[in-house]
Amino acid sequence: MVKEIESTGLPVVHMCTVVPISLTVGANRIVPTIAIPHPLGNPALGKEEEKELRRKLVRKALDALQTEVDGQTVFDK
Amino acid sequence: MSKLRVVHYINQFYAGIGGEEKADHKPEVREGKVGPGMAFQQAFGDEAEIVATVICGDTYFNENIESASAEVISMIKQHNPDVVICGPAFNAGRYGVACGAVAKAVSEELNVPVVAGMYPENPGVDMYKKYAYIIETANSAVGMKKAVGPMASLALKLAKGEEIGSPKEEGYIARGVRKNYFASERGAKRAVDMLIKKIKGEEFVTEFEMPVFDRVEPAKAIKDITKAKIAIVSSGGPVPKGNPDHIESSSASKYGKYSLAGIEDLNPENGQTAHGGYDPVYANEDLDRVIPVDVLREMEKAGEIGSLHEYWYSTVGNGTSVANSKKFAAEIAKDLQAAGVDAVILTST
Repeated sequence: MVKEIESTGLPVVHMCTVVPISLTVGANRIVPTIAIPHPLGNPALGKEEEKELRRKLVRKALDALQTEVDGQTVFDK
Repeated sequence: MSKLRVVHYINQFYAGIGGEEKADHKPEVREGKVGPGMAFQQAFGDEAEIVATVICGDTYFNENIESASAEVISMIKQHNPDVVICGPAFNAGRYGVACGAVAKAVSEELNVPVVAGMYPENPGVDMYKKYAYIIETANSAVGMKKAVGPMASLALKLAKGEEIGSPKEEGYIARGVRKNYFASERGAKRAVDMLIKKIKGEEFVTEFEMPVFDRVEPAKAIKDITKAKIAIVSSGGPVPKGNPDHIESSSASKYGKYSLAGIEDLNPENGQTAHGGYDPVYANEDLDRVIPVDVLREMEKAGEIGSLHEYWYSTVGNGTSVANSKKFAAEIAKDLQAAGVDAVILTST
């Protein structure tokens, strides 16, 4: 899906937990997430903390969208 | 002659431990055969024996690929196998990746051959086909009976150190390994024969299949995110409460387009997941954990992003064919372009 959408010229950031799969399917901008059943959250945290975690991940994704890449790039910093 | 020793790797589901709610099961080893091991043992007859079965939950494995591989390998090593069998995993993505990672570690660290079984579209195939003989299977456990025979006979051959035939002869997926052999005819003659067949429109078999590099050029970065319209797409199956389009929990035949108008935050009343391949509890409690609508709304208000596109698009990635995913995504992309969307956040579970 990532490739098909990106091939129309729209930048796509793939937020996923199993990065090797994302690399295999061919995503160009990849942001690793927390866990398979809750990529953008962590039920072990309090509500506010969890939201802060999500905010950080989304900011990372937005940064990725603003970064030129010339190949597959994992934004894990 | 003593019997050949086989160790079998399976997931928590085939071990009868449980479904998704048990997918975080840590590696364990049991003596003898478990679950699909029965059928393999039958196929081996007196020639080989499954001495142990190593079991690991798919989610646990995929979230800890390196440490889980190491644990599984030490368990396999203790039993000193002549050959290791993984799966079959059919089209289960995480199970396929686990089988592949185990195959890689076994072949590299223990120097023991591995036979796995997967559907060709399983992501584990592309990632790990170099490390194992992966027998091509059907896309679901319905194909178990058909998978066991070729997997077992190839495993016996490998354990005995016998010559392994071509992918076509043995039923495994080509590993991209070149092997020298003496052909009865010279290369020039074979090439011309092939060319003549091609010109005549007859069937011919190439001797060197070209790899398919299915890659897409990265799209240009967004210059000013504070003016950009961002859309959310997900393969994690996030849908409005009640799953109005009845998107299937696996092998999805459709995708949904859902309005975000008036939604500031997702909660158990307005959202859930339709996805069948992972434990849905966390997504159903708070769907923002799959698609981050709450924080994107905040960022929209604060001017951190231009705007959030008023629809989200969703399908279920579990076992869904590549052809279907491509079709859905092409339609979604068209819609996004028409709506003037600038960039996409795509989440997967």
